Amino acid sequence: MNFDAKFNKFIDILINQNGYVKVIEGLENTLKIAILGLVIGIVIGTLIATVRVVPKYKMLPRVLNSICTFYVGFFRGTPMVVQLLLFYYVALPLMGINLPSVSVAIAVFGLNSGAYISEIMRSGIQSVDYGQMEGGRSVGLSFSTTMMKIVIPQAVKNILPTLGNEFIVLIKETSIVSFVGAADLYVAFNYIGSNSYEFMVPYLAMAIIYIVIVCIITLLIKFMERSLKKSDRRN
Amino acid sequence: MIDVIDLKKSFGKNNVLNGIDITINKGEVVVVIGPSGSGKSTFLRCLNCMEDPTGGQIIFNGVDIADPKVDINIHRRKIGMVFQHFNLFNNKTVIQNIMLSPVLCAMADRRKAKRKNLFSKTKTPIKSVAEIKKEAEENAYKLLARIGLEDKANAYPSTLSGGQKQRVAIVRSLAMNPDVILFDEPTSALDPEMVGEVLDVMKELAQSGMTMVIVTHEMGFAKEVASRVIFIDEGVIKEENNPQDFFQNPKHPRLKEFLSKVLM
Repeated sequence: MNFDAKFNKFIDILINQNGYVKVIEGLENTLKIAILGLVIGIVIGTLIATVRVVPKYKMLPRVLNSICTFYVGFFRGTPMVVQLLLFYYVALPLMGINLPSVSVAIAVFGLNSGAYISEIMRSGIQSVDYGQMEGGRSVGLSFSTTMMKIVIPQAVKNILPTLGNEFIVLIKETSIVSFVGAADLYVAFNYIGSNSYEFMVPYLAMAIIYIVIVCIITLLIKFMERSLKKSDRRN
Repeated sequence: MIDVIDLKKSFGKNNVLNGIDITINKGEVVVVIGPSGSGKSTFLRCLNCMEDPTGGQIIFNGVDIADPKVDINIHRRKIGMVFQHFNLFNNKTVIQNIMLSPVLCAMADRRKAKRKNLFSKTKTPIKSVAEIKKEAEENAYKLLARIGLEDKANAYPSTLSGGQKQRVAIVRSLAMNPDVILFDEPTSALDPEMVGEVLDVMKELAQSGMTMVIVTHEMGFAKEVASRVIFIDEGVIKEENNPQDFFQNPKHPRLKEFLSKVLM
């Protein structure tokens, strides 16, 4: 069978046999998992990074710090597939919680990227001159207010390219969620492929979709970087 | 206004301050000089607990702010600080730099007042958010006019010269209406050309009756503006006098040696 025939078969299943519904559903899940995972990850990561840079004279920051160390150690030390399986087949059933697989995937992606983003964010916070913190504290702002209003905005500007990297990794990593039965892009194209016993074109199309998504994200990041640059130097 | 009693500070085994006692009165301009490594900057940074003292007391307006149980942020609002490297907020424009803390502090007070009003019969009047912002902005423009930088209100700090940055930093601390302002070598990071403009602003402040504690190497400025000069070496105050006697009749041998080495 030549490529044209394969392509026609693919188009036929995609359009006439409701393949596109699967693809759209897969795309939706992929984006949902990656975007929500990133958002949760940024929140968790920022919190952990803040705990890590707090001066550790008192008991509470020390306890929090060791909890964070354990957390980061666990999520960076095991593959995401393993975490996904652990959550879906071990942790949640043990707790008696029944969640749809997409929700579990979002949670695991969030927790996992939180561990990575915490280190990215920490380097970002440490790249901001300590004088910024002192300046904020000297006018009577609290540590957390100075962090929120002064240090983290500057840190985010510094780490935006790396954060974009993390987002791209997340998008691509979503292809593992079929392990727990969530319908992502891989599931959609696999469906089309197995219906026609022809995998060449579907998988090619899948790769192209991933590339297009990543290109769009790259552009978005570039745009954001430019708009954040305005305080940098003479404009 | 500030009573420092037996102030001690050590970094690990390194004792930087070995018991400093001094009283700073309202309206005084106290200039602190000393060789590098003598602890003068550390002393100044202890005054608003930027460095936590390891011993002794700092009584500011009747409260010992060296006590870790005290909410230092409330007291820091009334203790301005100007740094060697300006420390303006790089992600904010000049006007935002000046307004930020007044607005945030007023908002925090507003929340507190609201909470209080819930439970008490006497209602304290509550300003609207817009009012708070407007007031802060008007005040900020007034302060900028005072240093002649109104046209830079919407510029980012990275576009200002060192002297301009330091003047903005001074009015940023003024915006909180402080009782005292601490200056940590405010002209040391400036080009020689720009030292004058910053010193002029400080002189004007001193004349308006602001209480100031200044660590500096500008001896001429100290002579002219100070109401008292103190010499710190090895973590203790070695000599303390009015500027005339301080510079003309230094008594402590270490001070004599120090003054003979610096250009006047």
